[in-house]
Amino acid sequence: MHELSLAEHLLHIIEDAAQQQRFSRVKAVWLEIGELACVEPASLRFYFDVVTRDSIAHQAALHIIDIPGQAHCSACGKHCAISSYHAMCPHCSCSGTGLTVTQGEAMRIKELEVE
Amino acid sequence: MCTTCGCGNGQTHINDKPMSAPPRPDQPMHFRSPAHPRDIDTIDSGIGIAGTHAPGMSRARMVRIERDILTQNNQWAQRNRNYFSAHGIFALNLVSSPGSGKTTLLVDTIVRLRDRLPITVIEGDQQTDHDAARIRATGVPALQINTGKGCHLDAHMIDRALQQLTLQHDSLLFIENVGNLVCPSAFDLGEAHKVVILSVTEGEDKPLKYPDMFHAADLMLLNKCDLLPYLNFDVDLAIEYAYRVHPGLPVIRLSATQGSGMQAWCDWIMANRHPMKSRSTLG
Repeated sequence: MHELSLAEHLLHIIEDAAQQQRFSRVKAVWLEIGELACVEPASLRFYFDVVTRDSIAHQAALHIIDIPGQAHCSACGKHCAISSYHAMCPHCSCSGTGLTVTQGEAMRIKELEVE
Repeated sequence: MCTTCGCGNGQTHINDKPMSAPPRPDQPMHFRSPAHPRDIDTIDSGIGIAGTHAPGMSRARMVRIERDILTQNNQWAQRNRNYFSAHGIFALNLVSSPGSGKTTLLVDTIVRLRDRLPITVIEGDQQTDHDAARIRATGVPALQINTGKGCHLDAHMIDRALQQLTLQHDSLLFIENVGNLVCPSAFDLGEAHKVVILSVTEGEDKPLKYPDMFHAADLMLLNKCDLLPYLNFDVDLAIEYAYRVHPGLPVIRLSATQGSGMQAWCDWIMANRHPMKSRSTLG
């Protein structure tokens, strides 16, 4: 439900970059969205289109790069792929209590194609 | 406009006055000195988008950005955190679904602690100042942020609230977030801890259904425990589910209306309120 706010933050970052790097139009945006990030990509796409109307990013293509969730298990010392916070460690019997997320929580704007 | 929850711009109010668009967080702060009393009451928040148009190049090129989408919110949050730290203010962000008993819990907590240290409250709701009025009835200052169609508080709203509040040194600040188990988990307000409240009239599986919030919290309060004899709520199962998304999450069972467990909660606040210790000893 907060994807509208996230889309606004995204546009702020793009507009900051436009001032600093002197471009006037954004043709494409690449975003990295972690599997565990608190965001719904489809909703973010919808709001991105809404908030970028009448902006320098109007009709820019939004490319979302999925970043898989990963965790480290302190019980067995191994790394594993996880898709939720209540995932179990596949390598040992810690029931997930030893897992610390190491990747997949971030939402990052990676790069822009501009002119 | 949000088709899910109706989130929108330009509708946030603080004590019934419209909140202006945010400046950049790198602009100078104008926090009120914590010594000058001032009448306070309610904020409504709406963040507009500054239209910028840079004269530029006509040739397509790639620009690397590498920034978190929430960078701006996180910068505001860090400023709030610095302010809290500088003034010894212990800020707690209370999050839960609507109806978990947050305000009742807060009122009873205030009554128990108000003679021990200064307390201030920021209330977040989409509409009305009912909650702030309940807090003010305890004799503690409260500022109401009405988010309009917004579904969460963000760090800039708290920054604006701080400019209108008179916070005292070595005091407690409770931020009662909008009742919502989804969105507030993503927005750091600069608090020392998020405290999630789950009531036993909800389902035991709330931690599994809304894992982001329980993962983000540093403490879980299980409220309305006085009702357990009349319900089928399985406390152990609820706590097990909370541990699945947040291993080792401290849990306090309490009843804000009957008082059980309230002392343990107040003890937790007093034990963790030192700002230098708060983020390192828990979470």
